[in-house]
Amino acid sequence: MSATIKVHLAGQLGQFALNAAFEVPARGVTALFGPSGCGKTSVLRGIAGLLQLRDGYCSIAGDVWQDAHHFRPVHQRALGYVFQESSLFAHLSVRGNLLYGAPKQPQGHIIRFDDVVALLGLETFLDRAPATLSGGERQRVAMGRALLSQPKILLMDEPLSALDRLTKDEILPFLERLHESLAIPVLYVSHDMSEVERLADHLVLMRAGQVVASGPLSVLQSDPALPLAVSQEAAVSLDTRVESYDAQDGMAMLAVAGGCFLVPSAPLITGAAQRLRILAGDVSLALAKPNESTIVNVLRAKILSVQESGAHQMVAVLGLGEDGQGARLLSRVTARSWRLLGLAPGMSVYAQVKGAALVRKAAPPRS
Amino acid sequence: MAGFSAEIWQSVFLTLKLATFATLILLVLGTPLAWWLARSKSIWKEAVAALVAMPLVLPPTVLGFYLLVVLGPQGPGGALASLWGARTLAFSFTGLVIGSVLFSLPFVVQPIRNAFEAIGDRPLEVAATLRASPWRAFWTVAVPLASPGFLTGAILGFAHTVGEFGVVLMIGGNIPGETKVLSVAIFDYVETSQWTQAHLLSAGMVAFSFCVVLAMMLIEKRMMRRAS
Repeated sequence: MSATIKVHLAGQLGQFALNAAFEVPARGVTALFGPSGCGKTSVLRGIAGLLQLRDGYCSIAGDVWQDAHHFRPVHQRALGYVFQESSLFAHLSVRGNLLYGAPKQPQGHIIRFDDVVALLGLETFLDRAPATLSGGERQRVAMGRALLSQPKILLMDEPLSALDRLTKDEILPFLERLHESLAIPVLYVSHDMSEVERLADHLVLMRAGQVVASGPLSVLQSDPALPLAVSQEAAVSLDTRVESYDAQDGMAMLAVAGGCFLVPSAPLITGAAQRLRILAGDVSLALAKPNESTIVNVLRAKILSVQESGAHQMVAVLGLGEDGQGARLLSRVTARSWRLLGLAPGMSVYAQVKGAALVRKAAPPRS
Repeated sequence: MAGFSAEIWQSVFLTLKLATFATLILLVLGTPLAWWLARSKSIWKEAVAALVAMPLVLPPTVLGFYLLVVLGPQGPGGALASLWGARTLAFSFTGLVIGSVLFSLPFVVQPIRNAFEAIGDRPLEVAATLRASPWRAFWTVAVPLASPGFLTGAILGFAHTVGEFGVVLMIGGNIPGETKVLSVAIFDYVETSQWTQAHLLSAGMVAFSFCVVLAMMLIEKRMMRRAS
């Protein structure tokens, strides 16, 4: 059976026409990304069966949940759903909430109670009532509850959007740990690109009820035909590997296809996976290698394509390495510099990276 | 307690028995009805809701009159009664229970319906995503979350049955031990100028009503606190 999530949902929702189709690998985190009201949540509800669309197809790793002839009811779909608001059962304790969907025979548990409690840091409030928890704690319980129902897929509908900035930062590490320690595919609805850059491996871009593009995150980020690459916050997420760590300077050497980045960081273990986020606006171009500069990261790259981005600005897609076959970077330069340096696709350049931020441990590579 | 003759105790006992039976039947019938009214999208919903609420505005004598027709020897109630050799359901305890259930229906259905509506779709959606069948979700999520509504409905249904007079008089008459409930007994004592007994029973009813209303208010307060 093909290990993919295959979805095609179409239907009229009031004034809104939904017609969304995509196929993504049934592993890692896939973000459904788009502006508010583009139908992301409807797609997620359609996959869960909470929204019954007349024309629909949905299969998860070969398990058909809906097609032209069958519609499996929600409670028979092996899914975990985390709503925007934690929606805990007010009449049950945290423990009662966590165990509500857990199978009665513990031998069927692949995801164990104690592991989830430890992963999400719920030890101290298991016997409290949901009303006494903070927003972030409630959302962690909701995630644990969904996981303990032993789902084959985790559907998350903007689980952080109802939380303030501080609480978000408190929850994100838990989401990352979830992603690292569990092999369950996650479909994650978000309209916040910074969340997507941190968490997602794959991206489904939506607009006005339709799927604009879908594919690996870094590919879509650097696709000049898509709005992501030309937006003001355009960035690429690079999954790197720790080559070495210099404790004296507090810098880590991170390797990616076609080059290496030196990044200030807390101590890292050699060989570990890390994700870097590099803004297009932080990458400038030079024809010769600058000799004396405070910019530490200067990498050989090849201009692959270029696109106008706003007034008098260009965004260039770069391939790292002499041959341009390495990882993709985006660079935003002024139209003036572009003209004066005589830049054009196909040219070899030096990419000067002013800032590269560690966003999280990247997912370990999978075969 | 000297004034409490056996006759009064009989009325008290009969009233409590009637109210208990009626409340239990009301909960059994009212719960699915309230659930349907809260969740259905049928166009008949409001018409059914209006029908359920009718006893709120209808004079009890009108309801009593039609019940008399339906339960009497010529009506379906009479046909039913003939199965066990009786002639009519009117002027019997069974008839009183049927009348009380109809008359108190809105007092039970409305609070339960409100409580079901207040829960909203979300907890039931959550339950479904946690593999709970609709049946399990109803018993483990909807009913516990709506429990204040059930409590209110049960108290109101019970109290309202205890206090009803018009319907009882129309279909029950005044048969000691069978249909002579408290409200009728008070009327009877006044009619026959037995003021002491009328005083005792009326004061008892005042105290009872006070307790009921107080209990309702306390439940409502607790409900508000839980909602916030």
